[in-house]
Amino acid sequence: MQKNMYGVLIALLPAFVVSLLFFGLGALVVTATSVAACVFFEWAIAKFLLKKSTTTVGDGSAIITGVLLAFNLPSNLPIWIIIIGSLFAIGVGKMSFGGLGCNPFNPALAGRVFLLLSFPVQMTSWPVVGQLTSYTDATTGATPLAIMKGIAKGAPGFSVDQLPDAFQLFIGQNGGCIGEVSAAALLIGLLYMLMKKIITWHIPVSILVTVFVFSGIMYLAKPELYVAPIMQLLSGGLMLGAVFMATDYVTSPMSHKGMLIYGVSIGLLTVVIRLFGAYPEGMSFAILIMNAFTPLINNYCKPKRFGEVAKKK
Amino acid sequence: MLKTFSIGGVHPQENKLSAHQAIITAELPRQAVILLGQHIGAPAKPIVAKGDVVKVGTKIAEAAGFVSAAIHSSVSGKVAKIDTVVDASGYAKPAIYIDVEGDEWEESIDRSETLVQGCDLTSEEIVKKIADAGIVGLGGACFPTHVKLTPPPSFKAECVIINGVECEPYLTADHQLMLEHAAEIVEGVALLMKAVKVNKAFIGVENNKADAIEIMNKFAATHAGMEVVPLKVQYPQGGEKQLIDAITKRQVASGALPISAGAVVQNVGTAFAVYEAVQKNKPLFERVITVTGKSVAKPSNFLARIGTPMSQLIDACGGLPEDTGKVIGGGPMMGKALVHVEVPMSKGSSGILIMNKKEANRAEEQTCIRCSKCVSACPMGLEPYLLGALSENGDFERMENERIMDCIECGSCQFTCPANRPLLDYCRLGKAKVGGMIRARQAK
Repeated sequence: MQKNMYGVLIALLPAFVVSLLFFGLGALVVTATSVAACVFFEWAIAKFLLKKSTTTVGDGSAIITGVLLAFNLPSNLPIWIIIIGSLFAIGVGKMSFGGLGCNPFNPALAGRVFLLLSFPVQMTSWPVVGQLTSYTDATTGATPLAIMKGIAKGAPGFSVDQLPDAFQLFIGQNGGCIGEVSAAALLIGLLYMLMKKIITWHIPVSILVTVFVFSGIMYLAKPELYVAPIMQLLSGGLMLGAVFMATDYVTSPMSHKGMLIYGVSIGLLTVVIRLFGAYPEGMSFAILIMNAFTPLINNYCKPKRFGEVAKKK
Repeated sequence: MLKTFSIGGVHPQENKLSAHQAIITAELPRQAVILLGQHIGAPAKPIVAKGDVVKVGTKIAEAAGFVSAAIHSSVSGKVAKIDTVVDASGYAKPAIYIDVEGDEWEESIDRSETLVQGCDLTSEEIVKKIADAGIVGLGGACFPTHVKLTPPPSFKAECVIINGVECEPYLTADHQLMLEHAAEIVEGVALLMKAVKVNKAFIGVENNKADAIEIMNKFAATHAGMEVVPLKVQYPQGGEKQLIDAITKRQVASGALPISAGAVVQNVGTAFAVYEAVQKNKPLFERVITVTGKSVAKPSNFLARIGTPMSQLIDACGGLPEDTGKVIGGGPMMGKALVHVEVPMSKGSSGILIMNKKEANRAEEQTCIRCSKCVSACPMGLEPYLLGALSENGDFERMENERIMDCIECGSCQFTCPANRPLLDYCRLGKAKVGGMIRARQAK
């Protein structure tokens, strides 16, 4: 188990390095706070509230939740908000259901969405990249997704020219949450996890393909409102969500068929929220909604059983 | 692309420590303890009594019904008693104890080395001879061979598949048997083909045994319709249903017999025993067994008589190592820990694995994180995580619906579980309980 957990952490490294390059001090403070708070809350809740003799702190899962939560936060978020988010992620998202393996929702996303609803202002002001020594004092600017939303809604002052080009999006030179900006770094993490057989291709690939196809259709239908599918793929939390959040073992389906249904649904929901919803980003909501469907999917999507083909003949 | 089965599978470390160790004839035991139930089906009925003098090859117990097998003495001497003995399952089972005196064989047995080819017997006569010789599947399941060779009339055999896969780590008995007795095995295969009236036989060997593939190829080429099929190294390639799938691309349906796919599967050891029984009149009273382990001084392959205590074979390899943690009957994936080393060898004993303390230590069990590795690994397409949880909670009715009876107990799930959950134990428990429930229903 530890091997898998630390494998995921290694896979998260490239994205972390990129975030340090673009957001500097802020990224470091937010990530360190989030990890420390998550590990502390997991330990404290297990020991003092649940009165367990052993805690699961050593297995690395709380560290992953901490890193993933931080990756979903802006780099100028004040420490006290991060601590509240960590408490919600670990306390409500994970430990209240019985701890590791029992939580229906991805704890990091639960924490993120809780913060997004509770602190909408702080959670939606993103520092402009390149301010390496600033933290809460960083200058903020619109993210590519906010610009896209503005275009789609026909709001004044938004145009396609304001968007960074695809290459900038790919390497991560754009505003956004700490870990989500660099598609390139996240893809390196994905390759690592596939190589080490930590995850299978089913969930990330089905999400990415669905988003590409669905947003591609919308782009072809109304190019003046919607951006090219490649921009959708590379912006916002899509890559982070597809690679690291949706693939969370505990909250995703067990069979390959189930994984594909889950992945395609996440892709569809994300695009629907992005293009038609109130929020510019839909990835977290899409994953949380599909987390809720996972038990149902597990119940109905059994793996292909040996001899079933022969039986039908 | 090498052939392999369609679903799941894992790659355990091969650890074939005793590979290419020539088969050593083990010393005779001082007392042979021969179990009456060495096969699936009813235990054999003893036909000797205390004080009777028997020779090597004398029938000492006869089959009790069709699904049963005769048992022959593996030694010459006097019957000391008919009593119980703790066998590899850990339970006391009836057995015949024979005090060994000399080594006198039944005169009917041909002890020469000459290879006998061709056979004038009819199919029925061959099957009868196999039944008389007490031959059972030597791969480990010990299903009486004559039963497998007499399929229900509604089925028709299309090919014989010989299992020389030996996918279980550590074990090398079948490999070595192929290297030393390829000619005899191939004759045995020809007899099996005649017994079920087919003209096609496939000999499946995992690709890590290139020398065995080569030598089997050489001898198989002398017979029409016999083909050696190299298979991908993947566990459990030697599972009966997996092997049929790999070679014929037909999947045996849930609950159906392998013959429904037209295949009759026999182990290479069984093919060798069939040759000896039919051509040399030699009943099954000895077999090749691997004794191995990382701390064992001299991992070896023995030709040992049935009824030899395991301890004697372990002593012949340099004795029980000091750091021994567990002694396993069979291999590391499917084998079971022995309760003590005086357990007598039976027809199904393919190996003894001595694990050191470190290997025998079971890592601490953690909670399931639903990583689905077991689902990907299960060669039957089951959901071991679910079966494990159901078994843990005693929900055996639901286990039956989740097709626990399809489980082949290969242990791939437990091998792959990152949380060290004893999934195979849970599945075996569930299978035993559900099997009991099904029998109780049928009895009504």
